[in-house]
Amino acid sequence: MIAHSIFFYTFSIIAVVSAIMVTASKNTVHSVFFLILDFISISCLFIMIGAEFLGMIMLIVYVGAVAVLFLFVVMMLNVAQQKNQWFAAKDSSKHIPVGLIISTLIFVEIIIVIGGWKYKPEIFDINNSIGQTGLSNTHSLGQILYTDYIHIFQISGMILLVAMIGAIVLTFRQRAGVKKQSYIKQISRERAEGVEVLEIETNKGVRIDD
Amino acid sequence: MTEIGLGHYLTLGAVIFSIGVIGIFLNRKNIIVILMSIELILLAVNINLVSFSIFLGDLAGQVFTLFILTVAAAEAAIGLAIIVVYFRNSGTIRVEEIDKLKG
Repeated sequence: MIAHSIFFYTFSIIAVVSAIMVTASKNTVHSVFFLILDFISISCLFIMIGAEFLGMIMLIVYVGAVAVLFLFVVMMLNVAQQKNQWFAAKDSSKHIPVGLIISTLIFVEIIIVIGGWKYKPEIFDINNSIGQTGLSNTHSLGQILYTDYIHIFQISGMILLVAMIGAIVLTFRQRAGVKKQSYIKQISRERAEGVEVLEIETNKGVRIDD
Repeated sequence: MTEIGLGHYLTLGAVIFSIGVIGIFLNRKNIIVILMSIELILLAVNINLVSFSIFLGDLAGQVFTLFILTVAAAEAAIGLAIIVVYFRNSGTIRVEEIDKLKG
């Protein structure tokens, strides 16, 4: 148990500090790197708590896809020069108390709710079935994901398809002055508009382009 | 102190959620950082769902975490595409200068 608590405090301190650095970092590229560090430490926590499939999926999806997408956009848009100075800017100073008050209120409310959970200990005894079946986390997750939640699973696939098509449609740009192949034109070309058979008289030749 | 229970994980989720809200409110420069703060908030929700799922012994929480992951990835892709298009059209993604809708 002592090792569990040491690892928990290590990973959670890393996660909280890197979350602070995501919002406070002056350079946007540094924010993306701290976001990656945050995801990695949280996925370590997930693996430690026993949800190893979600930890690995989180590494693949967030670190491998989402954070790299952020990094691509940050580098493509060249916003690293626009410094992210939220305490120094004059306009932003009126947002600071509002943001701090609202986020502190949210934090206090969640802590009150957690305190309510701690004083209701009998909630933990209801059908604790994880770990008794002898299956791994991935196996048991797959057993209910593909049976009980199959419709939601397919709907989430549709969401991904819509997001993919939407991103392509949004960023697609028709450039002027670029020569392209037109497959429809190439395929639908007929013999009549391609070649012409001429009767050529002797010593006359053919005049093209007229 | 040494016994790590549900409350510790929920507190961690609450801290990260609040940091995400602070990031949305206080960041007035760059809209990409706002998207990253939204990712932080979704991460905090994932922490809550997974820890409840582990400590209460119900796998539905982890299934829903999977779906939240899906939606977060789709949202990041669409949001970044919108940002790219906006930057191409107006040349800036600073938060104070995005006032086309006069809001």
